[in-house]
Amino acid sequence: MLDKTGIAKRIAKELKDGYFVNLGIGIPTLVANYIPTGIEVEFQSENGVLGMGPFPFEGEEDADIINAGKQTITTLKGASFFDSATSFAMIRGQHVDLTILGAMEVSENGDIANWKIPGKMVKGMGGAMDLVASAENIIVAMMHTNKRGESKLLKNCSLPLTGVGCVKKIVTNLAVLEVTNKGFKLLERAPGVSVEDIQKATEGTLIIEGNIPEMTLD
Amino acid sequence: MIKKTVQNVKEALTGIENGMTLMLGGFGLCGIPENSISELARKNTKEITCISNNAGVDDFGLGLLLQKKQIKKMISSYVGENDEFERQMLSGELDVELTPQGTLAEKCRAAQAGFPAFFTPAGYGTEVAEGKETREFNGKMYVLEEAYKADFAIVKAWKGDTAGNLIFKGTARNFNPCMCGAAKITIAEVEELVPAGELDPNQVHVPGIFVQRIFQGTDYEKRIEQRTVRQRN
Repeated sequence: MLDKTGIAKRIAKELKDGYFVNLGIGIPTLVANYIPTGIEVEFQSENGVLGMGPFPFEGEEDADIINAGKQTITTLKGASFFDSATSFAMIRGQHVDLTILGAMEVSENGDIANWKIPGKMVKGMGGAMDLVASAENIIVAMMHTNKRGESKLLKNCSLPLTGVGCVKKIVTNLAVLEVTNKGFKLLERAPGVSVEDIQKATEGTLIIEGNIPEMTLD
Repeated sequence: MIKKTVQNVKEALTGIENGMTLMLGGFGLCGIPENSISELARKNTKEITCISNNAGVDDFGLGLLLQKKQIKKMISSYVGENDEFERQMLSGELDVELTPQGTLAEKCRAAQAGFPAFFTPAGYGTEVAEGKETREFNGKMYVLEEAYKADFAIVKAWKGDTAGNLIFKGTARNFNPCMCGAAKITIAEVEELVPAGELDPNQVHVPGIFVQRIFQGTDYEKRIEQRTVRQRN
């Protein structure tokens, strides 16, 4: 089974040379720490920066340079700043190659719910609805089950949706899955996890074809 | 040259009355018009409808207006990090319209650019699209979203000149340029106001035509919401 870092490491293997990538808050943010050697990617943050770098050294924080999580950041060579409409033109216009974000639920047809729980304080969707509606390539990073042990990979989402039919790939603590028009296709198992474990934790249709390899992280 | 410079924030906010719709720039606490928000709190303008990506924190930014119950309605994409906001929202005192962030930006830009509405894929199939026209283009579904109508836009820039031209710094740019010219009157507060001619026209982010009033602000706090650092070596 993977921890959050493991999920981030596995997703980092999906990065390709030349990709512009938008990372959501939480596990997706960790992906930036594990960029495979030999490739160049640029991170976009929807509040208006492309070419995001690591956190600043203590004493070098600048209140005017933050990411979408409102954290102080730095920029790398070749970075640029822009306004919010331009930022979402990059996203909506599909100039950003890959979006990685978290989810509360994903359905077998690729619907995603990650912004609202009825009865709880709603904080808002931020840029998530724009990102999922527009991105060609969306990877969801999440735990396979919720805190109550219930599957987050469902036939139909029960929570209010963020977007419909948009998720392409899911990396969880148990598996890598692809969303196909027939359901969740199991691609890889996490180390030490059996196909049966994954089946048990998946409420939606799980497609198992042939031998499912164990994933490698390095 | 058309006179745009006003002496202070008080003069800048002349004409803002109870019940008006205001656009306010900023993302989180980054690039917010601090001086204008303080003045709105001081003059106690009531029943405001605010179009702003976020709602500040309890004791800073738009949180200052929430504390004094000056806001009737908030139009935002994300409103976490504010207990008083949550209390007013749950008690029904505050009306909240949550809008996807890119849609919010584009609704400002559409108002600025003279488009009454536009189609966006964001929110299709979700509660955001309820009651709105949808249409298919090239096999994909889109939602019709209308441009905002606001009385005043209040923005913050790094540098400005007396002709109203603006230059922003870092991610403090965010929604500010999209809101310039998106309301009947745009007020810009800047950290440094210079005479016309001192800004390089090639470097101007927002041309002065979109700004009606400009003033140099004072005492910027520029509070950091999430201070994240790394250790040396």
